Amino acid sequence: MPLSTQSQGDDEQYVLVANLDNARNLSNILKAITFKDHAIFTATTNGLKVTVEDSKCLQANAFIQAEIFQEFTIREDLVAFQINLTVLLDCLNIFGGTTTPGVSTALRMCYRGYGYPLTLFLEEGGVVTVCKINTQEPEEPIDFEFCSTNVTNKVILQSESLKEAFSELDMTSEVLQITMSPSQPYFRLSTFGNAGNAHYDYSKDSDMMELFKCTETQTNRYKMSLLKPSTKALALSCKVSVRTDNRGFLSLQYLVRNDDGQICFVEYYCCPDEEVEEN
Amino acid sequence: MHCIVTGGNVKVLAKAVHSLSRIGDELYVEPQEDGLALRSVNSSRSAYACFLFAPLFFSRYSITSGDNFRCKMAIKSVQSVFRSLTTLEKTVEKCHIDLDKQKDRLTFTLHCKHGLLKTHNLSFQDSESLQAVFDKDSYANVFRAQPRLLVDTVVHFPPSLDEVTVSVSDERMWVRNHVEEEAEASKAMLTELCLASDEFDHFAAQAHNSVTFCLKELRGLLVFAESTGLPVSMYLDEPGSPVVLSVTDSVLEGNFVLATLSDDPSLRKNSSKGAHTAAPPPPDDFMNDDMDSYLIAMDTSIAPGPSNTGPPPPSLSGDTRSKRPAAVSHKARILIEEAEEEETDDLDRLPNKKFRSLFFGSVLPPSSQLSTQPMTSQEVLASDSEEEN
Repeated sequence: MPLSTQSQGDDEQYVLVANLDNARNLSNILKAITFKDHAIFTATTNGLKVTVEDSKCLQANAFIQAEIFQEFTIREDLVAFQINLTVLLDCLNIFGGTTTPGVSTALRMCYRGYGYPLTLFLEEGGVVTVCKINTQEPEEPIDFEFCSTNVTNKVILQSESLKEAFSELDMTSEVLQITMSPSQPYFRLSTFGNAGNAHYDYSKDSDMMELFKCTETQTNRYKMSLLKPSTKALALSCKVSVRTDNRGFLSLQYLVRNDDGQICFVEYYCCPDEEVEEN
Repeated sequence: MHCIVTGGNVKVLAKAVHSLSRIGDELYVEPQEDGLALRSVNSSRSAYACFLFAPLFFSRYSITSGDNFRCKMAIKSVQSVFRSLTTLEKTVEKCHIDLDKQKDRLTFTLHCKHGLLKTHNLSFQDSESLQAVFDKDSYANVFRAQPRLLVDTVVHFPPSLDEVTVSVSDERMWVRNHVEEEAEASKAMLTELCLASDEFDHFAAQAHNSVTFCLKELRGLLVFAESTGLPVSMYLDEPGSPVVLSVTDSVLEGNFVLATLSDDPSLRKNSSKGAHTAAPPPPDDFMNDDMDSYLIAMDTSIAPGPSNTGPPPPSLSGDTRSKRPAAVSHKARILIEEAEEEETDDLDRLPNKKFRSLFFGSVLPPSSQLSTQPMTSQEVLASDSEEEN
């Protein structure tokens, strides 16, 4: 309450104002994509998109729809800036990230526009903290040109079973190979490590498999180091969709439920490892 | 080889692998007529463990008879197949183990719930035979206890503790931590537990002996025994003779053989490299042991005669297999190796290497097994010079 009354008059100065009663609804999902320091924030009337990229081969996006926020006001069609994600997360958790039920940190995020810092008002138990984080010129996020029409194979799995496989993946393997096929082995994750190779096969008839639409047999390899961060998103999610297109690009989409049961999405795009020829 | 493990036995197999990993870095796999043998030995050859799973342990066990196949692989790789024991219990329905000789691969296939199939193709190397020679039935002291008793005893010692000394009398067993002679009295903490014979399921102490062995390797067995609920049998003999701990049930047998320090403290202190003859043996056995050792040395064709280094200091009985090597140095907990840690003198090393072959072969003149043993020991010369722990 103190936050909203304070800044009523200032609102016209801000191109973006977003309020959340529980800052964890933002910070938890951002943790799923924090593998690099910097993130690109893009806000539209639909909500907030946060993008993190790695070596031009991997892109992670977190989507927080406008409906998740208690208030989401945007005065321009598109507001974008680049910010240090690690610092932002530190600020969002400034009250220590307590999980006492009923106690949460309220957040009011304000941005005046190009060149201005992102201002965060955080309140918990009557204590208010104001954080101003410098913003930078936003880089253009890579367009992986991944569109549904080019998707050759798609499966939707319950995260629980995939979590088990990912936690056991042989990290001495440089690549993670994903095979998707309308015939055996249907959906296979493979590693090639020091001790030998390992395969995790998911049958299309498995009760963990919610959707199985594979049109052709495809085997692609992706750098393990690039995909490893996606485990965080997997851990938060309840369902994951795995899609590959005709170029072998990988799209992983995670359905995440926040503290209040609302749905947010995290997606990862990854380029195939070029050295390996497909078989 | 093709075998299938189902249900709860998968977890038992996994636990056996994990407990073998506490002994050594490599897992020796040998499918035999009487079952699948999984073995491990530590780098200094002072601890050896073997699990034999009878054909009935498996829902299917088929091997090519007369094959004499054996291999070894990094135990970490096998552990990674059975990484999460709780998950294993909940989700694994059966485990297939298949050998592909053409590709030099051992394949573990875990059939899990929800239609998930995990396949691990592990590469292996051909290996020499690894078999410790011990005759626990000839041991003077035999005990059997529920694993809980031993676990509760061992918990009193810090994880960093290397060695414990177990002493037995007619009615009691004492377990205390072993403190090196050189340790300062002010810094040493002595912990001693006394167990009464009625705490054991079986307690037969014919000889009042006191043996010292490494605790770390014992813990591996205890973890296995506790999870399977099988009673642990302990076989003790004279110092120098390895202590054997076993768990048995109708379909499996696990044996942990741990070398013990041979000498009593007074001898140990004076024993040093190359000074075998100089080491003063226990006064009462002095003359006999000297003679015994010498005679034993002359008898065995393996050892080229310890003449260049002098007969090893005493062992208390004529059991050549285990005694001699242990007596050589004061860190003689290792049956064969012991001298490695203290000695840099090459001359001294040679006899010890030969002694190792005694542990793992038989004392009789060359058999096929023996012909490989000395080779092995010589090969391992370099690595054995490493300090244990």
